[in-house]
Amino acid sequence: MASEEWPLFEVFIRGQHGLNHRHVGSLHAPDARTALLYARDVYTRRNEGVSIWVVKSSDITASSPEDQGPFFDPSNTKIYRHPTFFDIPEEAGPM
Amino acid sequence: MSLPPLFPPFAGAVFQEDFSTPEGRLAAYALRLGDDALILGQRLSEWIGHTPVLEEDIAIANTALDLIGRARLWLELAADLAGAGRTADDLAFLRDGFAFRNLLLVELPNGDYGRTLLRAFLFDAFEVERLAALARSPEARLAEIAAKAERESRYHVERGADLIIRLGDGTEESHARLETALGELWPYVGEMFLSDPLEEGLAAAGIAPDPASLRPAWQRRVEAVLREATLPVPEMGFTHRGGRRGVHTEHLGHLFAEMQFLQRAYPGLQW
Repeated sequence: MASEEWPLFEVFIRGQHGLNHRHVGSLHAPDARTALLYARDVYTRRNEGVSIWVVKSSDITASSPEDQGPFFDPSNTKIYRHPTFFDIPEEAGPM
Repeated sequence: MSLPPLFPPFAGAVFQEDFSTPEGRLAAYALRLGDDALILGQRLSEWIGHTPVLEEDIAIANTALDLIGRARLWLELAADLAGAGRTADDLAFLRDGFAFRNLLLVELPNGDYGRTLLRAFLFDAFEVERLAALARSPEARLAEIAAKAERESRYHVERGADLIIRLGDGTEESHARLETALGELWPYVGEMFLSDPLEEGLAAAGIAPDPASLRPAWQRRVEAVLREATLPVPEMGFTHRGGRRGVHTEHLGHLFAEMQFLQRAYPGLQW
């Protein structure tokens, strides 16, 4: 099947309400332009978006699962990095 | 081309063309628009589950649904205007071939995937011009449906052009297949631009475009795409005709065997 020779693309769609592009899935396509057309048909059939990005999956550099500990654990203990030590004035209302 | 319909009016017909009143003429015209979209939509949907790749499967199903969606609107309009108490479903599923008014181009068998895409592109490039003109019609019932459908067709034609260029300017095999398909389909494109007393009258009244007037824009678009696809641009010559008066190819009946079977075998069946 031809798709086995086609590279994989990750698809990001920006929704209606000014949100950031979000990863919605992936698809196979011969090139970026076609990937964009396919993404339109595969992922925006129900009016989900106003903007699409496609990125070749192989162009994404990802953190690896083995690194998870050293990568993320140190921030667990640094609770002072969270903005939870402020008293919120009542006039500010719920944040 | 003012030959009469293949079959004269008869009692009990699901849809009776009536050229003697404005409503009747509008109904007859809406029927043509609906039949073009319905038959091509049915042909494209035959590919569902069979396309070369999953992404194409979804894309062509979308396109087919766009066409069937607009066919429903046109046929509803035709049924309403005819005032015989029929529905769009009646018109789609209970008419015989000689009562269909679609272009012969859209009823031809799909052939390979390249030929299917090429046929759709040749039609879409025409449809997009026809709908753009109809969207400006003073007849609001036509203009409303046309405006909605035109937006869809703009995408169809863009997608189609892209694929034709890729296949034409692709491998030796894809090029050869497209070139063969072009030779087979070309003798059917001329029918899109033919007129008859019904469409001449609507054009004279400013309600619908004269089909011939859509040709320059169609030709510019199609020739540009064929050139980029490294395909030869054939000469305009002989054209098959007859769809507008119910003289169809032998392929239409086979299409009905699938499309109309359920409602014929189990009348009124719902799901």
